[in-house]
Amino acid sequence: MVHALKKSLVTLKSILTGMKVTMRHLFQPSVTIRYPDVRDELPETARSKLYVNIDDCIGCKLCERACPVNCISIETVQATSDVDLGKTSTGNPKRFWVTNFEIDMAKCMYCDLCVPPCPTDCITMVPEYEYSEFDRNNLLFQFSELSPDKVEEVKEKLEKEQEEKQRQKEEAARKKEAEKNKSEDSPAETKSTEE
Amino acid sequence: MLNTLENIIPSPVIALLIFVALPLVLVSIYALFAIWMERKVAAHIQDRLGPMRVGGWHGWAQTIADMLKLLQKEDIIPTNASRFLFKLAPFLLFAASYAAFSVIPFSSAYIGSSVDIGVFYLLAITSLLTLSVLMGAWASNNKWSLLGGMRTAAQMVSYEVPTIMSVLSVLVVAGSLNLMTVTEMQTGNTTLGFLPDWLIFQNPFLLIAFVIFFISIVAESHRVPFDLPESESELVAGFQTEYSGMRWGIFMLAEYADMLLLSLLGSVLFFGGWNSPFGEFMAGPIWGFFWFILKGMVLVFVMMWMRWTLPRYRVDQLMQICWGFLIPISFVNFVLIALWEMIF
Repeated sequence: MVHALKKSLVTLKSILTGMKVTMRHLFQPSVTIRYPDVRDELPETARSKLYVNIDDCIGCKLCERACPVNCISIETVQATSDVDLGKTSTGNPKRFWVTNFEIDMAKCMYCDLCVPPCPTDCITMVPEYEYSEFDRNNLLFQFSELSPDKVEEVKEKLEKEQEEKQRQKEEAARKKEAEKNKSEDSPAETKSTEE
Repeated sequence: MLNTLENIIPSPVIALLIFVALPLVLVSIYALFAIWMERKVAAHIQDRLGPMRVGGWHGWAQTIADMLKLLQKEDIIPTNASRFLFKLAPFLLFAASYAAFSVIPFSSAYIGSSVDIGVFYLLAITSLLTLSVLMGAWASNNKWSLLGGMRTAAQMVSYEVPTIMSVLSVLVVAGSLNLMTVTEMQTGNTTLGFLPDWLIFQNPFLLIAFVIFFISIVAESHRVPFDLPESESELVAGFQTEYSGMRWGIFMLAEYADMLLLSLLGSVLFFGGWNSPFGEFMAGPIWGFFWFILKGMVLVFVMMWMRWTLPRYRVDQLMQICWGFLIPISFVNFVLIALWEMIF
């Protein structure tokens, strides 16, 4: 009986201690943020969605190479010599048409490794975290702004230019060959004449 | 109260029906807001906000919305269940706790039935709760439900003993089984010169009796830390596993009605029922009702508060508390109270 009474008193005391704690919390302001109405402000260095400022991209593919899960895929076409693509805001000259710049956010693991290599600081993590989708394909973000027609045009132009260059090269080579042959011929001739 | 109603309303049958339905109105309104309050208390203890959207201020209409949702839900009865008993159980459960309201003196002008065996009637009719829980558990043809039901039976039968012992200790002091008489003898403000004449202040052993009574009513209305019948973590939801929609809703309603009933009984037996704590100040039938409900709600609030403080007991611990601590202490306490009454 004495044991039971003693134990009861200890139990009662510990229950009252616990209830004091919960009573204190009852009057503490809650920590909940009422999410759709109020949004938490993310810290500046938060890693969320990737964003590419495509105007500044020079198509160097450094980010594609840095990505450990291959979620970035870039295709570029060299600009022909008659067009000037201008310069980026950091002053680098642009030499490529970026025909395809795709980031698969479903694969992205938010490691931030693609951001530091970029020479023009055009790929960044932006604090935007609400992009859930029903279809996984909707998580493929396309940043290149060129229309398919334009891509075709650019490709054709480059091909033409390259063909032209090739032709010029070949012509030059042929000319050289011809000249060489000539110069080879003439000694031969001279040789023959000599002979 | 019945006489007043008969004077206002021409037909005596309608007057009687209204008289009978008054506690139902009270219990429904109370249950709707107690469930909301429970969620609010829970949330704020855990530094959350709880329901905030439905209704204007702090989501007060949340339970009404939940009830409308439950009414629209599919009514599922397991294939091999005993259909009649399965359907009957929740209603019997609610009927049992509702019937007990008839002897509760809500105010000096309103008591359903002022019978002389009031307390015993109340304790007897609430033992139907065990029966209906066990009925629902067995009828749903589910092992978990049956286990939950068996636990309910064990728990409620065991805890009936300390409840009755502590109620008896009050009755020894009060000398009457009629709850109205028990309340009336607590009127006044003379204990130690300033305290109200409530039974809990009149005798040091009655304080121990109240603690025992409170622990047992928490167990009887199966709430945490004694919510073993429906222990969600081990038994999924215990005796109510197979119940869905509004049938489950009625179980919920009955649980809250039971909580209120036992809290009101506690306030009659220990805290002076409808008596004002300030003597004649703010007394009268309407204020009496207010004080009575306030006292009951404070006890209900303490139950909710305890729920978010204490973890659940194991079955063996539950039995150990009852048979090893509460019953011996309450018996000794009963003898001490009887001696005190003899001496003073």
